[in-house]
Amino acid sequence: MKTFAELNFPGRLIAVEGLDGSGKSTQIYLVKRWLESEGIKVYFSEWNSSELVKSATSKGKKRELLTPMTFSLIHATDFADRYERHLLPLLRAGYIVLCDRYVFTAFARDVVRGCPPEWVRGNYSFAALPDMTLFFKTDLEVSLNRILEGRPKLKFFEAGMDLRLSTDPYESFRIFQGRILDQYIAMSDEFKFVVMDANENVEKQQTIVRKLVSEKIDLKKFRRRSPLPLPPAISAAEVKEQEEDLAAV
Amino acid sequence: MSTNNSKKNCRCFYGHGIPRVKLEDLAGKLIVVEGADGSGRSTQIARLVDWLETSGHPTVQVGLKRSTLVSKELEEAQQGNILSRTTLSLFYATDFADQLENIILPALKAGFIVLADRYIYTLMARDMVRGMDESWLKNLYGIAVKPDAVFYISVQPQELVQRNLAKNATLDYWESGMDLGLSRDMFDSFVKYQTAVQGSFRKLQKTYGFTVIDGNRPVGSITKELRKKIRTIISEKETED
Repeated sequence: MKTFAELNFPGRLIAVEGLDGSGKSTQIYLVKRWLESEGIKVYFSEWNSSELVKSATSKGKKRELLTPMTFSLIHATDFADRYERHLLPLLRAGYIVLCDRYVFTAFARDVVRGCPPEWVRGNYSFAALPDMTLFFKTDLEVSLNRILEGRPKLKFFEAGMDLRLSTDPYESFRIFQGRILDQYIAMSDEFKFVVMDANENVEKQQTIVRKLVSEKIDLKKFRRRSPLPLPPAISAAEVKEQEEDLAAV
Repeated sequence: MSTNNSKKNCRCFYGHGIPRVKLEDLAGKLIVVEGADGSGRSTQIARLVDWLETSGHPTVQVGLKRSTLVSKELEEAQQGNILSRTTLSLFYATDFADQLENIILPALKAGFIVLADRYIYTLMARDMVRGMDESWLKNLYGIAVKPDAVFYISVQPQELVQRNLAKNATLDYWESGMDLGLSRDMFDSFVKYQTAVQGSFRKLQKTYGFTVIDGNRPVGSITKELRKKIRTIISEKETED
Protein backbone atom coordinates (compact mmCIF):
# COMPACT_ATOMS: atom_id res chain seq x y z
CA MET A 1 0.00 0.00 0.00
CA LYS A 2 1.26 3.43 -0.96
CA THR A 3 0.36 6.96 0.05
CA PHE A 4 -1.14 9.45 -2.41
CA ALA A 5 2.17 11.33 -2.50
CA GLU A 6 3.99 8.09 -3.37
CA LEU A 7 1.46 7.52 -6.13
CA ASN A 8 2.25 10.99 -7.51
CA PHE A 9 -1.17 12.46 -6.87
CA PRO A 10 -1.03 16.25 -6.85
CA GLY A 11 -3.36 16.30 -3.81
CA ARG A 12 -2.76 15.13 -0.25
CA LEU A 13 -5.00 13.23 2.15
CA ILE A 14 -5.04 13.73 5.90
CA ALA A 15 -7.06 11.31 8.03
CA VAL A 16 -8.03 11.47 11.67
CA GLU A 17 -8.73 8.36 13.69
CA GLY A 18 -9.63 7.66 17.27
CA LEU A 19 -12.43 6.54 19.56
CA ASP A 20 -15.81 8.25 19.77
CA GLY A 21 -15.24 11.13 22.18
CA SER A 22 -11.55 11.49 21.36
CA GLY A 23 -12.18 14.97 19.95
CA LYS A 24 -10.91 14.09 16.47
CA SER A 25 -13.93 15.57 14.65
CA THR A 26 -13.50 18.92 16.40
CA GLN A 27 -9.82 18.97 15.51
CA ILE A 28 -10.30 18.15 11.83
CA TYR A 29 -13.09 20.72 11.59
CA LEU A 30 -10.77 23.39 12.92
CA VAL A 31 -8.10 22.31 10.42
CA LYS A 32 -10.68 22.70 7.65
CA ARG A 33 -11.57 26.24 8.78
CA TRP A 34 -7.89 27.14 8.98
CA LEU A 35 -7.03 25.81 5.51
CA GLU A 36 -10.08 27.50 3.98
CA SER A 37 -9.07 30.82 5.50
CA GLU A 38 -5.64 30.37 3.95
CA GLY A 39 -7.25 30.05 0.52
CA ILE A 40 -6.33 26.40 0.17
CA LYS A 41 -8.31 23.90 -1.90
CA VAL A 42 -9.74 21.69 0.78
CA TYR A 43 -12.45 19.02 0.95
CA PHE A 44 -13.84 17.27 3.98
CA SER A 45 -15.27 13.74 3.92
CA GLU A 46 -16.91 11.93 6.77
CA TRP A 47 -17.14 8.18 7.43
CA ASN A 48 -20.50 6.66 6.56
CA SER A 49 -21.89 9.61 4.63
CA SER A 50 -22.39 8.42 1.04
CA GLU A 51 -25.79 9.53 -0.23
CA LEU A 52 -26.00 6.36 -2.29
CA VAL A 53 -25.62 3.91 0.58
CA LYS A 54 -26.89 5.84 3.59
CA SER A 55 -30.49 4.66 3.55
CA ALA A 56 -29.44 1.01 3.41
CA THR A 57 -27.03 1.46 6.29
CA SER A 58 -29.53 3.25 8.48
CA LYS A 59 -32.22 0.65 7.71
CA GLY A 60 -29.75 -2.13 8.54
CA LYS A 61 -28.86 -0.47 11.81
CA LYS A 62 -32.39 0.48 12.86
CA ARG A 63 -33.81 -2.96 12.14
CA GLU A 64 -30.69 -4.68 13.46
CA LEU A 65 -30.28 -6.58 10.20
CA LEU A 66 -26.51 -6.36 10.10
CA THR A 67 -24.08 -9.17 10.77
CA PRO A 68 -20.35 -8.44 11.25
CA MET A 69 -19.79 -9.32 7.58
CA THR A 70 -22.59 -7.17 6.13
CA PHE A 71 -21.74 -4.37 8.58
CA SER A 72 -18.23 -4.45 7.16
CA LEU A 73 -19.33 -4.68 3.51
CA ILE A 74 -21.90 -1.92 3.68
CA HIS A 75 -19.33 0.46 5.18
CA ALA A 76 -16.83 -0.59 2.52
CA THR A 77 -19.46 0.22 -0.14
CA ASP A 78 -20.01 3.62 1.45
CA PHE A 79 -16.26 4.25 1.51
CA ALA A 80 -15.81 3.08 -2.10
CA ASP A 81 -18.51 5.45 -3.31
CA ARG A 82 -16.90 8.45 -1.60
CA TYR A 83 -13.45 7.29 -2.67
CA GLU A 84 -14.25 6.87 -6.36
CA ARG A 85 -16.60 9.79 -6.83
CA HIS A 86 -15.09 12.42 -4.54
CA LEU A 87 -11.68 11.64 -3.09
CA LEU A 88 -9.91 10.40 -6.23
CA PRO A 89 -11.01 13.22 -8.57
CA LEU A 90 -10.31 15.85 -5.90
CA LEU A 91 -6.87 14.43 -5.19
CA ARG A 92 -6.19 14.46 -8.90
CA ALA A 93 -7.21 18.11 -8.92
CA GLY A 94 -4.69 18.96 -6.22
CA TYR A 95 -6.98 19.24 -3.19
CA ILE A 96 -6.14 18.63 0.41
CA VAL A 97 -8.70 16.07 1.46
CA LEU A 98 -9.53 15.74 5.13
CA CYS A 99 -11.11 12.47 6.24
CA ASP A 100 -12.89 12.02 9.52
CA ARG A 101 -12.08 8.30 9.80
CA TYR A 102 -10.47 6.26 7.05
CA VAL A 103 -9.89 2.53 6.42
CA PHE A 104 -8.36 2.09 9.88
CA THR A 105 -11.78 2.53 11.45
CA ALA A 106 -12.90 -0.56 9.55
CA PHE A 107 -9.68 -2.42 10.34
CA ALA A 108 -10.29 -1.81 14.05
CA ARG A 109 -14.07 -2.16 14.34
CA ASP A 110 -14.73 -5.01 11.96
CA VAL A 111 -11.96 -7.10 13.43
CA VAL A 112 -13.34 -6.52 16.94
CA ARG A 113 -16.68 -7.71 15.56
CA GLY A 114 -15.02 -10.96 14.46
CA CYS A 115 -14.36 -10.47 10.74
CA PRO A 116 -11.12 -12.09 9.54
CA PRO A 117 -8.49 -9.28 9.52
CA GLU A 118 -7.00 -10.29 6.14
CA TRP A 119 -10.45 -10.30 4.58
CA VAL A 120 -11.24 -6.78 5.80
CA ARG A 121 -7.86 -5.42 4.76
CA GLY A 122 -8.12 -7.12 1.38
CA ASN A 123 -11.50 -5.54 0.74
CA TYR A 124 -10.10 -2.07 1.38
CA SER A 125 -6.88 -2.67 -0.55
CA PHE A 126 -8.13 -0.53 -3.47
CA ALA A 127 -7.57 2.54 -1.28
CA ALA A 128 -4.22 4.32 -1.06
CA LEU A 129 -2.85 5.24 2.35
CA PRO A 130 -3.26 8.75 3.77
CA ASP A 131 -0.25 11.05 3.55
CA MET A 132 -0.78 11.75 7.21
CA THR A 133 -2.88 9.92 9.80
CA LEU A 134 -3.47 11.64 13.10
CA PHE A 135 -4.49 9.25 15.84
CA PHE A 136 -6.21 11.01 18.73
CA LYS A 137 -5.28 8.82 21.61
CA THR A 138 -7.16 9.28 24.85
CA ASP A 139 -7.24 7.26 27.98
CA LEU A 140 -10.25 5.01 27.63
CA GLU A 141 -11.94 6.62 30.65
CA VAL A 142 -11.54 10.11 29.21
CA SER A 143 -13.28 9.32 25.93
CA LEU A 144 -15.92 7.21 27.67
CA ASN A 145 -16.71 10.06 30.04
CA ARG A 146 -16.96 12.55 27.18
CA ILE A 147 -19.57 10.35 25.51
CA LEU A 148 -21.37 8.97 28.54
CA GLU A 149 -21.47 12.15 30.65
CA GLY A 150 -24.90 13.14 29.45
CA ARG A 151 -26.14 9.52 29.66
CA PRO A 152 -27.09 9.58 25.97
CA LYS A 153 -29.20 6.85 24.46
CA LEU A 154 -26.57 4.61 22.85
CA LYS A 155 -27.53 2.99 19.59
CA PHE A 156 -27.41 -0.79 19.22
CA PHE A 157 -24.40 -1.09 16.92
CA GLU A 158 -22.67 1.98 18.33
CA ALA A 159 -22.63 0.28 21.73
CA GLY A 160 -21.44 -2.98 20.15
CA MET A 161 -24.59 -4.70 21.43
CA ASP A 162 -24.40 -7.11 18.47
CA LEU A 163 -21.33 -8.63 20.11
CA ARG A 164 -23.36 -9.69 23.16
CA LEU A 165 -20.65 -8.44 25.49
CA SER A 166 -23.14 -7.29 28.07
CA THR A 167 -26.88 -6.73 28.28
CA ASP A 168 -26.18 -3.24 29.64
CA PRO A 169 -25.52 -0.86 26.73
CA TYR A 170 -23.13 1.28 28.79
CA GLU A 171 -21.09 -1.69 29.92
CA SER A 172 -21.13 -3.08 26.37
CA PHE A 173 -19.94 0.27 25.01
CA ARG A 174 -17.06 0.34 27.50
CA ILE A 175 -15.82 -3.12 26.58
CA PHE A 176 -16.32 -2.50 22.84
CA GLN A 177 -14.44 0.83 22.88
CA GLY A 178 -11.66 -0.73 24.92
CA ARG A 179 -11.15 -3.41 22.30
CA ILE A 180 -11.17 -0.87 19.48
CA LEU A 181 -8.55 1.19 21.30
CA ASP A 182 -6.35 -1.92 21.52
CA GLN A 183 -6.67 -2.39 17.76
CA TYR A 184 -5.72 1.24 17.08
CA ILE A 185 -2.69 0.98 19.31
CA ALA A 186 -1.64 -2.26 17.60
CA MET A 187 -1.85 -0.55 14.18
CA SER A 188 -0.02 2.65 15.20
CA ASP A 189 3.47 1.66 14.09
CA GLU A 190 2.45 -0.35 11.07
CA PHE A 191 0.61 2.60 9.52
CA LYS A 192 2.84 5.33 10.96
CA PHE A 193 0.09 7.07 12.91
CA VAL A 194 1.01 10.46 14.28
CA VAL A 195 -0.14 9.98 17.85
CA MET A 196 -1.82 13.00 19.44
CA ASP A 197 -2.33 13.33 23.15
CA ALA A 198 -6.08 13.81 23.05
CA ASN A 199 -6.35 14.23 26.82
CA GLU A 200 -4.89 17.74 26.29
CA ASN A 201 -7.08 20.82 25.90
CA VAL A 202 -8.59 21.51 22.50
CA GLU A 203 -6.72 24.75 21.62
CA LYS A 204 -3.36 23.32 22.55
CA GLN A 205 -4.00 20.26 20.40
CA GLN A 206 -5.06 22.41 17.47
CA THR A 207 -1.83 24.44 17.66
CA ILE A 208 0.16 21.21 17.52
CA VAL A 209 -1.97 19.80 14.68
CA ARG A 210 -1.54 22.94 12.55
CA LYS A 211 2.21 22.87 13.14
CA LEU A 212 2.42 19.19 12.17
CA VAL A 213 0.35 19.74 9.04
CA SER A 214 2.43 22.70 7.86
CA GLU A 215 5.64 20.77 8.47
CA LYS A 216 4.41 17.76 6.53
CA ILE A 217 2.71 19.53 3.64
CA ASP A 218 3.95 22.52 1.68
CA LEU A 219 0.64 24.33 1.95
CA LYS A 220 1.33 27.20 -0.43
CA LYS A 221 1.30 24.68 -3.29
CA PHE A 222 -2.36 23.98 -2.60
CA ARG A 223 -3.64 27.55 -2.82
CA ARG A 224 -6.34 28.33 -5.32
CA ARG A 225 -4.89 30.19 -8.29
CA SER A 226 -7.77 32.64 -8.21
CA PRO A 227 -10.30 33.27 -5.45
CA LEU A 228 -13.54 31.30 -5.64
CA PRO A 229 -15.76 32.72 -8.37
CA LEU A 230 -18.29 35.22 -7.10
CA PRO A 231 -21.96 34.55 -7.67
CA PRO A 232 -22.96 35.81 -11.12
CA ALA A 233 -23.78 39.49 -11.24
CA ILE A 234 -27.47 40.36 -11.51
CA SER A 235 -28.53 41.75 -14.86
CA ALA A 236 -30.41 45.02 -15.16
CA ALA A 237 -33.56 43.15 -16.18
CA GLU A 238 -33.38 40.98 -13.05
CA VAL A 239 -32.93 44.05 -10.84
CA LYS A 240 -36.04 45.54 -12.34
CA GLU A 241 -37.91 42.28 -11.80
CA GLN A 242 -36.88 42.17 -8.15
CA GLU A 243 -37.99 45.75 -7.64
CA GLU A 244 -41.34 44.93 -9.15
CA ASP A 245 -41.68 41.91 -6.86
CA LEU A 246 -40.92 44.06 -3.86
CA ALA A 247 -43.39 46.70 -5.00
CA ALA A 248 -46.05 44.00 -5.31
CA VAL A 249 -45.52 43.06 -1.65
CA MET B 1 -16.25 -32.46 -16.23
CA SER B 2 -17.69 -32.06 -12.76
CA THR B 3 -14.95 -31.45 -10.23
CA ASN B 4 -17.68 -30.28 -7.87
CA ASN B 5 -19.04 -33.73 -7.26
CA SER B 6 -15.74 -35.54 -7.32
CA LYS B 7 -15.40 -35.45 -3.57
CA LYS B 8 -18.45 -36.41 -1.61
CA ASN B 9 -19.43 -34.47 1.44
CA CYS B 10 -16.86 -31.79 0.82
CA ARG B 11 -18.40 -28.76 2.46
CA CYS B 12 -16.10 -25.79 2.56
CA PHE B 13 -15.78 -22.06 2.10
CA TYR B 14 -13.78 -20.67 -0.78
CA GLY B 15 -11.69 -18.49 1.52
CA HIS B 16 -11.94 -16.99 4.98
CA GLY B 17 -15.60 -17.91 5.23
CA ILE B 18 -18.05 -16.70 7.84
CA PRO B 19 -16.93 -16.76 11.45
CA ARG B 20 -18.57 -19.29 13.77
CA VAL B 21 -20.32 -21.31 11.06
CA LYS B 22 -20.06 -25.07 11.52
CA LEU B 23 -19.67 -26.48 8.02
CA GLU B 24 -20.53 -30.02 9.07
CA ASP B 25 -24.00 -28.80 10.10
CA LEU B 26 -24.84 -27.72 6.57
CA ALA B 27 -26.70 -30.84 5.56
CA GLY B 28 -28.68 -29.43 2.64
CA LYS B 29 -27.55 -29.04 -0.95
CA LEU B 30 -26.61 -25.86 -2.74
CA ILE B 31 -27.23 -25.89 -6.46
CA VAL B 32 -26.28 -22.91 -8.61
CA VAL B 33 -27.53 -22.08 -12.08
CA GLU B 34 -25.47 -19.44 -13.89
CA GLY B 35 -26.08 -17.84 -17.25
CA ALA B 36 -26.76 -14.47 -18.85
CA ASP B 37 -30.20 -12.86 -19.13
CA GLY B 38 -31.85 -14.70 -21.99
CA SER B 39 -29.95 -17.93 -21.42
CA GLY B 40 -33.11 -19.61 -20.15
CA ARG B 41 -31.76 -19.65 -16.62
CA SER B 42 -34.92 -18.46 -14.86
CA THR B 43 -37.13 -20.80 -16.87
CA GLN B 44 -34.96 -23.76 -15.89
CA ILE B 45 -34.95 -22.76 -12.23
CA ALA B 46 -38.74 -22.47 -12.16
CA ARG B 47 -38.98 -25.95 -13.69
CA LEU B 48 -36.46 -27.38 -11.23
CA VAL B 49 -38.27 -25.92 -8.21
CA ASP B 50 -41.51 -27.41 -9.48
CA TRP B 51 -39.94 -30.80 -9.93
CA LEU B 52 -38.05 -30.78 -6.61
CA GLU B 53 -41.05 -29.69 -4.58
CA THR B 54 -43.45 -32.16 -6.15
CA SER B 55 -40.85 -34.87 -5.46
CA GLY B 56 -40.98 -33.83 -1.79
CA HIS B 57 -37.78 -31.82 -1.40
CA PRO B 58 -38.00 -28.59 0.57
CA THR B 59 -36.52 -25.90 -1.64
CA VAL B 60 -35.42 -22.32 -1.14
CA GLN B 61 -34.49 -19.85 -3.88
CA VAL B 62 -31.97 -17.04 -3.78
CA GLY B 63 -30.66 -14.74 -6.49
CA LEU B 64 -28.94 -11.46 -7.19
CA LYS B 65 -30.40 -8.25 -5.81
CA ARG B 66 -32.92 -10.00 -3.59
CA SER B 67 -31.59 -9.14 -0.12
CA THR B 68 -33.70 -7.39 2.51
CA LEU B 69 -30.72 -5.20 3.34
CA VAL B 70 -29.78 -3.49 0.08
CA SER B 71 -31.80 -4.73 -2.92
CA LYS B 72 -33.94 -1.58 -3.11
CA GLU B 73 -31.02 0.79 -2.63
CA LEU B 74 -28.89 -1.08 -5.16
CA GLU B 75 -31.67 -0.92 -7.73
CA GLU B 76 -32.07 2.82 -7.15
CA ALA B 77 -28.34 3.40 -7.48
CA GLN B 78 -28.34 1.49 -10.75
CA GLN B 79 -31.23 3.55 -12.08
CA GLY B 80 -29.17 6.67 -11.41
CA ASN B 81 -26.20 5.29 -13.38
CA ILE B 82 -23.84 6.88 -10.86
CA LEU B 83 -22.14 3.74 -9.58
CA SER B 84 -18.44 3.42 -10.07
CA ARG B 85 -16.97 -0.03 -10.34
CA THR B 86 -15.67 -0.67 -6.81
CA THR B 87 -18.89 0.67 -5.34
CA LEU B 88 -20.98 -1.49 -7.68
CA SER B 89 -18.90 -4.50 -6.78
CA LEU B 90 -19.12 -4.00 -3.01
CA PHE B 91 -22.84 -3.19 -3.19
CA TYR B 92 -23.49 -6.55 -4.86
CA ALA B 93 -21.18 -8.26 -2.39
CA THR B 94 -23.25 -6.82 0.47
CA ASP B 95 -26.42 -8.07 -1.20
CA PHE B 96 -24.84 -11.51 -1.58
CA ALA B 97 -23.54 -11.69 1.99
CA ASP B 98 -26.93 -10.73 3.41
CA GLN B 99 -28.62 -13.60 1.57
CA LEU B 100 -25.78 -15.99 2.35
CA GLU B 101 -26.03 -15.45 6.09
CA ASN B 102 -29.77 -15.01 6.39
CA ILE B 103 -31.10 -17.47 3.83
CA ILE B 104 -28.53 -19.84 2.30
CA LEU B 105 -26.73 -20.96 5.45
CA PRO B 106 -29.86 -21.38 7.63
CA ALA B 107 -31.60 -23.29 4.81
CA LEU B 108 -28.64 -25.60 4.32
CA LYS B 109 -28.54 -26.15 8.05
CA ALA B 110 -32.21 -27.14 7.94
CA GLY B 111 -31.44 -29.65 5.18
CA PHE B 112 -33.14 -27.70 2.36
CA ILE B 113 -32.15 -27.68 -1.25
CA VAL B 114 -31.05 -24.16 -2.08
CA LEU B 115 -31.39 -23.16 -5.72
CA ALA B 116 -29.32 -20.10 -6.51
CA ASP B 117 -30.31 -18.07 -9.55
CA ARG B 118 -26.69 -16.96 -10.13
CA TYR B 119 -24.00 -16.84 -7.45
CA ILE B 120 -20.58 -15.24 -6.96
CA TYR B 121 -19.36 -16.25 -10.44
CA THR B 122 -21.58 -13.81 -12.35
CA LEU B 123 -20.57 -11.08 -9.92
CA MET B 124 -16.89 -11.89 -10.35
CA ALA B 125 -17.13 -12.20 -14.14
CA ARG B 126 -18.87 -8.81 -14.43
CA ASP B 127 -16.32 -7.15 -12.15
CA MET B 128 -13.41 -8.68 -14.05
CA VAL B 129 -14.74 -7.15 -17.26
CA ARG B 130 -14.77 -3.82 -15.38
CA GLY B 131 -11.10 -4.28 -14.57
CA MET B 132 -11.35 -5.32 -10.95
CA ASP B 133 -8.43 -7.34 -9.70
CA GLU B 134 -9.08 -11.09 -9.65
CA SER B 135 -7.26 -11.71 -6.38
CA TRP B 136 -9.20 -8.86 -4.77
CA LEU B 137 -12.43 -10.55 -5.88
CA LYS B 138 -11.30 -13.95 -4.61
CA ASN B 139 -10.62 -12.47 -1.18
CA LEU B 140 -13.95 -10.64 -1.16
CA TYR B 141 -15.94 -13.74 -2.11
CA GLY B 142 -13.91 -16.00 0.15
CA ILE B 143 -17.00 -15.74 2.37
CA ALA B 144 -18.98 -17.91 -0.07
CA VAL B 145 -19.76 -21.52 0.67
CA LYS B 146 -18.80 -23.90 -2.13
CA PRO B 147 -21.90 -25.21 -3.91
CA ASP B 148 -22.63 -28.90 -4.53
CA ALA B 149 -23.07 -28.15 -8.20
CA VAL B 150 -22.73 -25.19 -10.52
CA PHE B 151 -24.41 -25.29 -13.93
CA TYR B 152 -23.46 -22.65 -16.44
CA ILE B 153 -25.96 -22.33 -19.25
CA SER B 154 -23.98 -21.11 -22.21
CA VAL B 155 -25.62 -19.24 -25.09
CA GLN B 156 -23.84 -17.24 -27.79
CA PRO B 157 -24.13 -13.43 -27.36
CA GLN B 158 -25.65 -13.11 -30.85
CA GLU B 159 -28.42 -15.44 -29.76
CA LEU B 160 -28.79 -13.72 -26.34
CA VAL B 161 -29.36 -10.37 -27.97
CA GLN B 162 -32.14 -11.84 -30.13
CA ARG B 163 -33.83 -13.49 -27.14
CA ASN B 164 -33.65 -10.32 -25.02
CA LEU B 165 -35.11 -8.19 -27.77
CA ALA B 166 -37.83 -10.71 -28.51
CA LYS B 167 -38.81 -10.68 -24.83
CA ASN B 168 -38.49 -7.00 -23.87
CA ALA B 169 -38.03 -5.14 -27.16
CA THR B 170 -35.15 -3.34 -25.41
CA LEU B 171 -31.79 -4.08 -23.84
CA ASP B 172 -30.93 -3.46 -20.18
CA TYR B 173 -28.36 -0.69 -19.56
CA TRP B 174 -26.17 -2.76 -17.21
CA GLU B 175 -26.59 -6.08 -19.05
CA SER B 176 -25.33 -4.20 -22.11
CA GLY B 177 -22.33 -2.89 -20.16
CA MET B 178 -23.19 0.66 -21.22
CA ASP B 179 -21.19 2.04 -18.27
CA LEU B 180 -18.03 0.68 -19.93
CA GLY B 181 -18.28 2.85 -23.02
CA LEU B 182 -17.61 -0.10 -25.35
CA SER B 183 -19.89 1.38 -27.96
CA ARG B 184 -22.50 4.11 -28.19
CA ASP B 185 -24.67 1.61 -30.01
CA MET B 186 -26.55 -0.48 -27.44
CA PHE B 187 -26.78 -3.53 -29.69
CA ASP B 188 -23.01 -3.51 -30.31
CA SER B 189 -22.29 -2.80 -26.67
CA PHE B 190 -24.48 -5.72 -25.53
CA VAL B 191 -22.73 -8.18 -27.82
CA LYS B 192 -19.26 -6.93 -26.90
CA TYR B 193 -20.03 -6.90 -23.18
CA GLN B 194 -21.61 -10.35 -23.13
CA THR B 195 -18.67 -11.72 -25.13
CA ALA B 196 -16.28 -10.26 -22.54
CA VAL B 197 -18.33 -11.68 -19.65
CA GLN B 198 -18.20 -15.13 -21.27
CA GLY B 199 -14.44 -14.73 -21.55
CA SER B 200 -14.30 -14.10 -17.78
CA PHE B 201 -16.49 -17.15 -17.20
CA ARG B 202 -14.06 -19.30 -19.17
CA LYS B 203 -11.27 -17.99 -16.98
CA LEU B 204 -13.23 -18.69 -13.81
CA GLN B 205 -14.20 -22.13 -15.10
CA LYS B 206 -10.55 -23.18 -14.72
CA THR B 207 -10.61 -22.36 -11.01
CA TYR B 208 -14.16 -23.26 -10.09
CA GLY B 209 -14.98 -26.05 -12.55
CA PHE B 210 -18.61 -25.42 -13.51
CA THR B 211 -20.63 -27.89 -15.48
CA VAL B 212 -21.25 -26.18 -18.81
CA ILE B 213 -24.72 -26.73 -20.23
CA ASP B 214 -25.32 -26.01 -23.90
CA GLY B 215 -28.20 -23.53 -23.85
CA ASN B 216 -28.84 -23.62 -27.60
CA ARG B 217 -31.29 -26.49 -27.24
CA PRO B 218 -35.00 -26.92 -26.58
CA VAL B 219 -36.05 -26.06 -23.01
CA GLY B 220 -37.17 -29.61 -22.27
CA SER B 221 -33.93 -31.30 -23.14
CA ILE B 222 -31.96 -28.87 -20.94
CA THR B 223 -34.32 -29.58 -18.03
CA LYS B 224 -33.84 -33.29 -18.59
CA GLU B 225 -30.06 -32.97 -18.40
CA LEU B 226 -30.22 -30.79 -15.26
CA ARG B 227 -32.62 -33.16 -13.51
CA LYS B 228 -30.39 -36.12 -14.23
CA LYS B 229 -27.36 -34.38 -12.75
CA ILE B 230 -29.25 -33.04 -9.75
CA ARG B 231 -30.76 -36.47 -9.02
CA THR B 232 -27.24 -37.81 -8.45
CA ILE B 233 -26.53 -35.06 -5.94
CA ILE B 234 -29.77 -35.61 -4.08
CA SER B 235 -29.27 -39.36 -3.88
CA GLU B 236 -25.89 -38.66 -2.29
CA LYS B 237 -27.73 -36.67 0.31
CA GLU B 238 -30.22 -39.44 0.90
CA THR B 239 -27.57 -42.09 1.34
CA GLU B 240 -25.81 -39.80 3.80
CA ASP B 241 -29.03 -39.32 5.76
